[in-house]
Amino acid sequence: MSVPIELRLEIEDLLQAYGAALDHDELEQWPQFFTDDCFYQVIPRENYDRGLPLALIRCESKGMLEDRIYAIRETLMFEPRYVRHLISGVRITGQDEYGIMAEANYAVFETPLNELTRVFNVGRYLDRIVREDGVLKFAEKHCVFDSLLVPNSIVIPI
Amino acid sequence: MPHDNATPISDRHWPEGGVTRVPYWAYSDPEVYRREIDLIFCGESWAYIGLGVEIPNPGDYKQVTLGDRPLVMSRDRDGDIHVFVNRCAHRGVKFCRQPWGNVKQFTCPYHLWSYDLTGKLRGVPFRHGVKGQGGMPETFKREDYSLEELRVSTRGGAVFATFSTAVESFEDYLGPTFLPLYDRMFDGRALTLLGYTQQLIPSNWKLMFENLKDPYHASLMHVFLVTFGLFRADNPSAIKMDQKGRHGALISMKGNQQSTADNAEMQNLKSDLHLRDPRLIDPVREYPGTETVVMQTLWPNLIVQQQSNTLAMRQLIPRGPESFELSWTFFGYADDTAEMTLRRLRQANLMGPAGLVSVDDSEVMKLSQAGVSPHPNATGLFEMGGYDTDDTEHMVTEAAIRAFYDYYCHVMGF
Repeated sequence: MSVPIELRLEIEDLLQAYGAALDHDELEQWPQFFTDDCFYQVIPRENYDRGLPLALIRCESKGMLEDRIYAIRETLMFEPRYVRHLISGVRITGQDEYGIMAEANYAVFETPLNELTRVFNVGRYLDRIVREDGVLKFAEKHCVFDSLLVPNSIVIPI
Repeated sequence: MPHDNATPISDRHWPEGGVTRVPYWAYSDPEVYRREIDLIFCGESWAYIGLGVEIPNPGDYKQVTLGDRPLVMSRDRDGDIHVFVNRCAHRGVKFCRQPWGNVKQFTCPYHLWSYDLTGKLRGVPFRHGVKGQGGMPETFKREDYSLEELRVSTRGGAVFATFSTAVESFEDYLGPTFLPLYDRMFDGRALTLLGYTQQLIPSNWKLMFENLKDPYHASLMHVFLVTFGLFRADNPSAIKMDQKGRHGALISMKGNQQSTADNAEMQNLKSDLHLRDPRLIDPVREYPGTETVVMQTLWPNLIVQQQSNTLAMRQLIPRGPESFELSWTFFGYADDTAEMTLRRLRQANLMGPAGLVSVDDSEVMKLSQAGVSPHPNATGLFEMGGYDTDDTEHMVTEAAIRAFYDYYCHVMGF
């Protein structure tokens, strides 16, 4: 399908800014990439492909995203770590009155402080993107990851 | 202190103090680990294998693991469930490769030996040779080469299996205390599968059981749970064990929260925290009684979880002395309303590898292993609540851990 080059670049910028906010520990910015009634989930490919709804993280509103960030900041106990998102292969797969459908591959590397960097979580984003007050936001973001087995814990969102 | 994992197991002696002490070599010694696989996971025990709803139709199968042994759980044409060792009777190939699926028969990829859904050997290519040459000897009998099958017991929709020919029935194995607790969740209603998650935790498997048998850490470490009154030391609660100490249950009932001198010690209490979207925690009572949390640790490899409305089987799969897989299967009931299913899925945010509560546990288990691993001759202290292994009506105790190690030493010969 034909998509204006400016829109492609705008979606690319959205995805890279999203990854950068997580990588730079600007977690309070993370919910701002979403609409108020967004849907966000981190789900194993096995569940997603089989139609099993269980997700590791399931947020049904921007409020739930904010609650998760509050928990990371204030209540969770975890070892300090860095994450690094590599997001590539952005494809726009559809566009209708509900928004723009886009897909991208992602790889998240994790570096526990004082340990070697490891490949942490690899998968694809399935996004529905809408324009709100002139700004592109995620109305839906499905992080569908390949390996059912997760290395210990997922703290920082994918 | 030197790393002394070269010490032979025959020279390992449980420290003085009995079950109030656990030697740190128990979390890292490869010989101890080997014996655990043989005597605990693959010994006189009924191990959790899966849920029947995972393989609803004849020919459905799923790969599973007990201890370090790959198995296949499958359903035959009559609807009966079998559990086989995933090892061809010919030359030992792990014949089943897909994690799950549906087949008419199992065929080994190497020499195409094939087995029916009850594990009987049906096909042996070139059995009579090619053009009169070669082939199996006249003495070869197909019926001698079925897949190795485990004893299977199903109850309320869950599947258990054992390598033992001697262990008592599953019902007697659970015993009079645990059978009603088990049946409370597996009450005969059809189950519905919600999905899977698995995490590789860099610690000895026993630390997971210790975590679930030590209820008082929850009111100190799990700030999220504490804040919302889902689990607190001042809730009405109980610890139950079976007669042998091998199974344990941690039970919490919701009570009225109030500020007292006791919970002032729970320094992490943040009573001013409000969720922006309270749908995350919107529990409803679904069983008789006032229990909101019932965590059963069933020897040797299962945690049965009711945390409000999240129901899950957590299966322990050891991966060497210092690592294990925790494999979660979330489920509900076939008669759940759409609203109830949503509630279970939302509350699942608290559990699993990204759980707002359970992340604390998997992170602290890594720290535990990092602390004990270099010091095999040091010991841990388990005296909270006294020295005994009795049931209690409170949660400020490590009695269930003591009971576990009492039975552990009995099985392991320590």
